[in-house]
Amino acid sequence: MAKFRKPKHDKDQPKPMRARMWWIVISPSAWAVHFLACYITAAIWCEKFSDSGNKRNLDFGVTAYTLVALAVIAGVTWLSFKNFRRSDPPVPFDFDDPNERTDFLSFTAFLLSLLSLVATLFTALVFVMVRSCD
Amino acid sequence: MDERAIRLLKAWQTPKGWRYWSAVNNSEVGLWYTLAAFAFFLFGGVLALIMRIQLAVPDNDWLTPEQYNQVFTMHGSVMMFLFAVPILEAISIMLLPEMMGARDLPFPRLSAYGFWCFLIGGIFVCGSLFFGVGPRGGWFMYPPMTTEYQTDVGPDIWLLGLSFIEIASIAAAVELIVGTLKCRPPGMRLNLIPLYAWYILVVAVMILFAFPPLIAGDLLMELERAMDWPFFDAERGGDPMLWQHLFWIFGHPEVYIVFLPSIALVAMIVPTFARTPMAGYGWIVLAAVGTGFLSFGLWVHHMFTTGLPGISIGIFSAASEAVAIPTGVQIFCFIATLLIGRVTKNAALLFVLAGLATFIIGGLTGVMIAIAPFDYQAHDTYFIVGHLHYVLVGGTIFPIVAGFYYYYPLVTGKQLSERLGTITFWVMLIGFNVAFFPMHISGMIGMPRRVYTYPGGMGFDLPNMISTIGAFTLGIGFLMLLYDVFRPKGKQPLVKRNVWNAGTLEWSGEVPDKPWGIRSIPIVTTRYPLWEQDNFLRDVDEGNFYLPDAEEGLRETMVTSTVDAEPMQCLRVPGPSFLPMVAALFTGGVFIFGTYHWYWAAGICGLFSFITIVTWLWTGTAKIPEKDTKAVGLDLTLPTYVSGPAAVGWWAMFITMLGDMTAFVSLVFGYFFFWTVHDEFPPAEFDGRAVAGPGMVWPLVAAGLAGAAWVAVLLARRWNRIGQGPKEPGDKFPAEGIIASSTTWPFYVAIAIACGLGIASVASLFYGPLKNEMDPTHHAYSASVSVLVLWTMLHTGVGVLMLIYAAARRLFRKMDADHDADMVNVTLYWHFLVLTVVITGTVIALFPEVA
Repeated sequence: MAKFRKPKHDKDQPKPMRARMWWIVISPSAWAVHFLACYITAAIWCEKFSDSGNKRNLDFGVTAYTLVALAVIAGVTWLSFKNFRRSDPPVPFDFDDPNERTDFLSFTAFLLSLLSLVATLFTALVFVMVRSCD
Repeated sequence: MDERAIRLLKAWQTPKGWRYWSAVNNSEVGLWYTLAAFAFFLFGGVLALIMRIQLAVPDNDWLTPEQYNQVFTMHGSVMMFLFAVPILEAISIMLLPEMMGARDLPFPRLSAYGFWCFLIGGIFVCGSLFFGVGPRGGWFMYPPMTTEYQTDVGPDIWLLGLSFIEIASIAAAVELIVGTLKCRPPGMRLNLIPLYAWYILVVAVMILFAFPPLIAGDLLMELERAMDWPFFDAERGGDPMLWQHLFWIFGHPEVYIVFLPSIALVAMIVPTFARTPMAGYGWIVLAAVGTGFLSFGLWVHHMFTTGLPGISIGIFSAASEAVAIPTGVQIFCFIATLLIGRVTKNAALLFVLAGLATFIIGGLTGVMIAIAPFDYQAHDTYFIVGHLHYVLVGGTIFPIVAGFYYYYPLVTGKQLSERLGTITFWVMLIGFNVAFFPMHISGMIGMPRRVYTYPGGMGFDLPNMISTIGAFTLGIGFLMLLYDVFRPKGKQPLVKRNVWNAGTLEWSGEVPDKPWGIRSIPIVTTRYPLWEQDNFLRDVDEGNFYLPDAEEGLRETMVTSTVDAEPMQCLRVPGPSFLPMVAALFTGGVFIFGTYHWYWAAGICGLFSFITIVTWLWTGTAKIPEKDTKAVGLDLTLPTYVSGPAAVGWWAMFITMLGDMTAFVSLVFGYFFFWTVHDEFPPAEFDGRAVAGPGMVWPLVAAGLAGAAWVAVLLARRWNRIGQGPKEPGDKFPAEGIIASSTTWPFYVAIAIACGLGIASVASLFYGPLKNEMDPTHHAYSASVSVLVLWTMLHTGVGVLMLIYAAARRLFRKMDADHDADMVNVTLYWHFLVLTVVITGTVIALFPEVA
């Protein structure tokens, strides 16, 4: 019988982000919700209120969505950043250890948060630059 | 070979003779799937060459406009629906279990069913071309062209034939998601899984959210064509734009659905030939997940010229630019890996490099046309044709060809010719660029797409002739590949085991390979076990890991936890059966006869299909095992039966219902879409008569009844457990002390009540529109209410049938208090069902008041 390590089943993992795979999709989901909210609001506003309505209402709505989305993404970014070991280089995480898994998940969540941040700002920027329904 | 191995081999033996076609094992089904998809690819390729002959010279009359329209429509549809998506499923079904040291995917018969559906549907759709009745509305089938102006059978063939195939795709998605999350080898944590599996997970989830909107759209268009419900008829309040939205909500993610799995092949090939682990594993996962999300925010960039508001266009333009970031990241990771590794030259790697270079060019033109003002100029010209072929051939086809060279020895034990491969590479690369680069130029000088010919002297002559020459050169390249794949290799020696010296699990098989998938299911502690774990192959071969034996003669594999892959269950997977094939034949009959409006024949096929599927479920699923636990080796004992969220069946139901809900949400989207485009919605009067609605009372009654039925279902699940045995040694029996422990009547009563309430809900949902004399053909409003009612009624009906099934299972002792997976899964269906009924009821009853 050859030697190999059985998988470790550490119970002492007090880190806030444990085995939560869902963690990595929170930021992209925040982008998606923000994106849809902005699109639907703009579409309805342009169809129904662009003649009569005040564009400030639209701007106000989009600003509110953006602040909420950015808050969520920033939160995830910060928590993920705290979670992976900054002392070591963030690659390769290819060892069999629950810490490695957590580091991997938080590193990926961190990267996805940065991407979501950029994409959310892109969406918000449209409302600054394109100012009409035409 | 020791006794254990002989028993294992016997359990996994591939059936012989004509029974070979009853095989459901992933290696057989995956191989058939790949060959069928490749055959459709060649068919699509021939169609492309026919188009190129027609366009080689100006004013050509070789094809009539009618024929040309059929040919280009079928070229696009075949390449997308019959090649690009199926080939990813095919390759994944074949390779994913091997990469994860699993014996099979969790639902082998579902894969087989998906394959047969695909084959039947594909032959049906392609066959139409030979009778001159093929669809000719473009692969996107825009109404009103396909509703008002093409009243022949062509669009029906497209809608029904391809809907049938989309169902196969969703089946594969369910299989692949559950496979990736639950069938990994012990120890393969999320940070250790092969990158291919990450990509496939993302893609399968994308299929789940991308295909249902198209299925919903198909349903709407077929209802308009067959029953005159005016969803897309502008004269009666419909809007063709609704189709465009639904189509492209599917259509753009689709591009990434076909691109990511091919890039996943690259992610497996590059480390092998660079002889070093992939650089930036986390970055690639970022790219896969990030692209998966962002790709859903791009659909309107196909609709920039439809007159949408500037803000909407801006939002989608911005997202289209953002998606370039993750796409670029993964390409940099591949380049970095190649740079830090010691690269060996190889035909497979050449095709990878061709793919990367071509895709980057296509990606750059993509960034150009994502900018709306540029798109206004280039829209519907050959510039777009050039762009999309650079993306799809570079991103999908070249990597798949690389995959052919790389994985051919794994499947056949023989190697493709390196020398011929290098020549093929150059022929294809040159042929491709000669064919498609001039299209950018002809597009820029104004040549429109989808025209059967063009006048001479407008500058189109030369680029078109060059394109045709290139297309035939590319075609010759594919013939060379075809020859290499199928030439007899009898005298050629078998390759040695792990011929490329790769590090991932799929290469652990012997040559020639045995049908058991893997000799024993290993413990994985690294990303490249063959490189990094000592004595790994020896331990696998000697059966030192899990499940090295099949004492009961049953096919078994292991189910592990989602994140850390800790062993959870010894899963018995079903063996060979003709049932999936028969079920697919009858299901195909429903769609094919439906196309020709032979409703009696379709109905009979539907009945037989139902009977076959129930037989399949009755005899093959959720069997009560002969013992509750089984020793799987290495002092580990695992349960053989689980229910609830720990069971793969529960996951399959959950995932299927997510897809189902997405289709439903698309229909609800349609309802609200009509609200946004009309000043008054619902309209009080149209065409001289009042527009009738469903009323307020009956839809709400239906929702209430469904809610009550749902409570009864919950009680049925609970009362089914009366008298349950202890879960763990030392557990007290569940405290159901009031009723004797063997009592089953409360369960049956609850089921009966739930069925009654469910039927009452269907009736009252139907009664509202009936009482108010609502006419679905009157106005888009009436039609969109009717389709919600129809959808909900059908789903409630299925829910009632499921309850009857669960009761019958209990009656025939196929289910009991401890083995309740059927009831738990039916309850899960009802969770989604009650949501559907409540949304339908409240929307159609209350929204008219709010609006």
